Amino acid sequence: MLEIEIDGKVIQVNDGSTVMDAATQAGSYVPHFCYHKKLSIAANCRMCLVQVEKAPKPLPACATPVTNGMKVWTHSEAAVKAQKGVMEFLLINHPLDCPICDQGGECQLQDLAVGYGDSSSRYQEEKRVVLNKNLGSLVATDMTRCINCTRCVRFTQEIAGEMELGQAFRGEHAEIMPFVEKTVDSELSGNIIDLCPVGALTSKPFRFSARTWEMSRRKSVSPHDSLGSNLIVQVKHDTVKRVLPLENEAINECWLSDKDRFAYEALGSDERLTKPMIRQGGEWQEVDWQTALEFVANGLKSTVREQGAQSVGALLSPHATLEELHLAQKLMRGLGSENIDSRLRQADFSGDASRSGAPWLGMPIAEVASLNRLLVVGSFLRKDHPLLAQRVRQAAKRGLRVSYVGPNAEDWLLPVRNRALVAPGKMLAELAGVVKALSLAVSKPVSGAIADYVAAVAISPAAQAIADDLAAGSSAAVWLGNLAAQHPQAASLQQLAQEIARLVDGRVGIIGEAANSVGAHVVGAVPGAGGRNVADMLDKPLAAYLVLGAEAEFDFADAVKTRTAFEQAGLVVSLGAFRSVAALDYADAMLPIAPFTETAGTFVNCEGRVQSFYGVVKPLGETRPGWKVLRVLGNLLGLDGFDFAKADEVCVEALGGSPEFVSERLGGLVDVPLSSQPAAEGKGFERVADIPLYFADPLVRRAPSLQKTKDAAAPLARMNAATAAASGVADGQLVRLRSAAGVVSLTARVDEAVADGCVRVAGAHQSTAGLGPLSGVISVEGL
Amino acid sequence: MLSQESLARIDVEVAKYPPEQKQSAVMGALRIAQEEKGWLANETIDFVARYLDMAPIAAFEVASFYNMYDIEPVGKHKITVCTNLPCALSGGVHAAEYIKQKLGIDFNETTADGKFTLKEGECMGACGDAPVLLVNNHRMCSWMTPEKIDQMLADLDK
Repeated sequence: MLEIEIDGKVIQVNDGSTVMDAATQAGSYVPHFCYHKKLSIAANCRMCLVQVEKAPKPLPACATPVTNGMKVWTHSEAAVKAQKGVMEFLLINHPLDCPICDQGGECQLQDLAVGYGDSSSRYQEEKRVVLNKNLGSLVATDMTRCINCTRCVRFTQEIAGEMELGQAFRGEHAEIMPFVEKTVDSELSGNIIDLCPVGALTSKPFRFSARTWEMSRRKSVSPHDSLGSNLIVQVKHDTVKRVLPLENEAINECWLSDKDRFAYEALGSDERLTKPMIRQGGEWQEVDWQTALEFVANGLKSTVREQGAQSVGALLSPHATLEELHLAQKLMRGLGSENIDSRLRQADFSGDASRSGAPWLGMPIAEVASLNRLLVVGSFLRKDHPLLAQRVRQAAKRGLRVSYVGPNAEDWLLPVRNRALVAPGKMLAELAGVVKALSLAVSKPVSGAIADYVAAVAISPAAQAIADDLAAGSSAAVWLGNLAAQHPQAASLQQLAQEIARLVDGRVGIIGEAANSVGAHVVGAVPGAGGRNVADMLDKPLAAYLVLGAEAEFDFADAVKTRTAFEQAGLVVSLGAFRSVAALDYADAMLPIAPFTETAGTFVNCEGRVQSFYGVVKPLGETRPGWKVLRVLGNLLGLDGFDFAKADEVCVEALGGSPEFVSERLGGLVDVPLSSQPAAEGKGFERVADIPLYFADPLVRRAPSLQKTKDAAAPLARMNAATAAASGVADGQLVRLRSAAGVVSLTARVDEAVADGCVRVAGAHQSTAGLGPLSGVISVEGL
Repeated sequence: MLSQESLARIDVEVAKYPPEQKQSAVMGALRIAQEEKGWLANETIDFVARYLDMAPIAAFEVASFYNMYDIEPVGKHKITVCTNLPCALSGGVHAAEYIKQKLGIDFNETTADGKFTLKEGECMGACGDAPVLLVNNHRMCSWMTPEKIDQMLADLDK
C-alpha cells in the first residue's frame, strides 16, 4: 500500500495505482477525456493535468503512478491553470455547433468547457475540417468535432478485439479513420458512441430524434442473448428513443452488444400487431379482446373436449418473460396437457429423463476472469454471445487458454490455442477422444457408463492437444454453445463435457440460447411426465397449438415441419408482438402481446440471476402484456389460480419468492447412454447451421439498422475448398442445396473455417427455411 | 503482391523481433515494399499488414505518420526539401522556391512528365549544411545553392 495526499486528504492506495485511481478513491474529480477505466492509458488529451509536489510541471493524473508520500492537488491554482490551458487548445479546432450536435447535453467537452473554458477564443486562424467517414449503419460521424482522444481506437483494439479504427496522419492533420472505405463491423460497435466524449461519433438510428434532457431514463433488461445485459431505455412521448447500457460489473460491465442497443428500432415497426385478430371462415378480422379471448378459450375447450387434453400443446419462446412462461405452462397443465416446450431450436431431448434443474452456465459470469482453461464445444461464441466472448477475450489476455471442438473455425478475435475442427457427426467421437486422452493425462479412470464408448475411440492429435492443455490447468470450465445445444446428439455431448469437467475438477455449463432459457426450465416450460417435447409435438401434429413469441419459419429447429404441423392443426393461437406473414396462413388467432419494453417481466440469465423489470412505455395500440392475456385466458377457461393483480405476484408464485439467484433450481446435468445413432445419415455433406445474431429473435429481425449491417447479410453456402471441389462448385457460384425436407438456392462461398465435409448454411432466415432441420445431410450441386 | 526478394528482406526484418510481435517489423517492411512499388498503395499497405498479422489500419497509421513513406504516387525522383527553422534561416525556403519555379510544380506535386516530385521535409539533422534536401529518401544533398540545384536536376534528368 502507498500513502498519498490528494487535496489535503491522506489515503492509502494499492501498489501500482495511478494518481487518477487515487483521486477517484479520494472522491476528487479530475477532468479528463481520453482516460477510461476499461481502456489502456493513452494520456493524450492532457486534460487531467494535476499539480504534484516537487514536480516542476503539471503531470497527467491518468498516467502518473502513485509514489509513497506523494502530494497532489487536483484543483489548486496551478492545476486549474494547466487544465484551462489544455481546454483552450482542445477548443481551438472544435466547431461551435452544439445547438445542432446530437451530443449536446451529454457532452463531456461541453460540460468541462463550462468549468474550464473561456467565454471567448483568442484563436483567429482558420479552423481544421475533417471529412466524415462512413462507419456503417449504426454509427454516425462528425469528425471535425473529434478531439483525438483515441478511446474509440482503443476500444476496437482492446475490447472488440479487432483494430477497425486508427489515428492516421500526424500533428494537426491527425484524424480517426477506418482503413480506407471500410466500415466498423464489430458486433460491439455501438459502444464507441458511448465512449466518444464529444459528438464525433453518435448513434445513426437515434440521430436528431430527441435531446437527452427530454427523455426519461428507465431501467430494463435485454431480451436477446443469455447474458441479460442491463439497459437504460430512454423514452420520450411514450416512445422508446434509444437504449444505453446500465453499468453492471457482474454482467455487461459498461458495454452493450449492438443487438441489445439497436433492436429497439423494431418496437416501432410497421409489422407490429396492434389489434387482436381471429380467422373465421377463412377470413381474418380484427376484433376486440373479449371476442378474441373467448374465441381462443372456446377453441381450446372444444379441442380438449373432443380430442382430449393430450391433443393440445404449447410452444413457448425462450425469449418470453418468466411470467408469460409460467402462466402459459400453468394454463396447459390446467387443461391437463403436459405438452409444453420452450427449447424450440433443439433436436435432442434424450437427456430429459435424467435431467434435474435448469441447464445453466455452471458458474457466475464474472468468474470467467479467474479461469485459466476453457473448452468450448459447438458454438459461434463471438456472434452468439458477444459480451461473453468479450469477457473471454479479456481473460485470454491474462492467461486463459481457450480450446474448441466443433465444425466451425471463424475468427473469435481471441487466441484459440487448440481447435478440433470436425463435422457435427464426428463431434461425439472427437470429444470422447478428449476424455480418453484426459483420463490418461490425469490418471483418473473414465466413468463406468461411458467407459466402453470412450475405450473404442481413437485419440486425434487435436484431441490430445486439448486434453494436455486442460490437464495442465488449475481452473477449468467446459461450455456447450448453441450449436451443441441444437446438435442431434446434444445430451451425449453434454455427458462427455460433464466427464471432462469431472476429470479436471472443472465446471461444466450450457451458455444458453436465449434471454430466458434458464427461466423457462425453472418455471417448468418443458414437458412433464407423459408430455411431448417440441420435436414430438411437430412430428405428430397436435389438434391445437398455443405459440408464444415464436415464428414458425424462423424460431424452430425445423421450419418445414413446423409449418406443416401448424397448417394441419385445427387451432393455432399465436401470441406475439408482430404480425408475421406466415402466421396469416397457419394461425387462427393472433393476439398482440407486449414486447419487453411494454410489460413488466423477469428474465433469468445464464448464471441463474433473476432480473425483473417494469414496462417503460405504454403498450402500443391494443397490445397487452402477455401475462395479463394469459391470466384472462386462464380465467375464461375456468382454471384455478389465475387471479393475479400484478406481474410481481406471478413471479413470486413461479419462483416461490423473490430470490436474487435461483441457485437451488439450477443443475441440468444429464446421465444418458452415449448416442449410437449417427448424427447425420445419407449421402452428401453435413449441414452446420448458425443462427446469425440479427435473425435470432422476432425483435432483431425487424430492426432496420441492424438489418443493414454485414452480420445481417443473406446466408451463403459456406464450405472449405476440399468440399467445394468434391461437389464441383466454385466460390461465388449459385448452388442448389437439397435436404430431405426441401431445396433452396444460395451462393457458394469457399471458407476454410468450415470443417471438411460440411456446408455451413445459416438458419432462421427466409432463404434457408426450405431446408428444414438445422442439422442433417444436404447435397450440393452447382447451377 | 511483393517479389520474393522483397519478402525475403521483410523476413530478415521480422526475424529481429519475437515471433508473436511480427508487427514490430512494420517500418522496415513498409520501407522495403515502397522501394519495390515506388509508393505505398492501400493494397500494398494491406498486404504488408496481413503479412505481419496486424490490422491494416495500424500499418496505415505508420505509413501516414512518417513523411518518407509515400501514400500517393510520386515521380521517378522525389526531392524533399527541409524547411524547418535552421534551414529556413539559411535559405531552405529559397531553395524550395527555386525548385518550384524551375520545375513548375508546388509541394506535393509531380511534373507532367512524371520525373520529379517535390515534398516539404522535416529536419534531417544536418542544420549546419543548410539548405539540405533528400533525393529519393536515400541521398542527402547539402549546401544547395541554385547552381548546385541546377546541377542536381540536370544529373537526375539524364
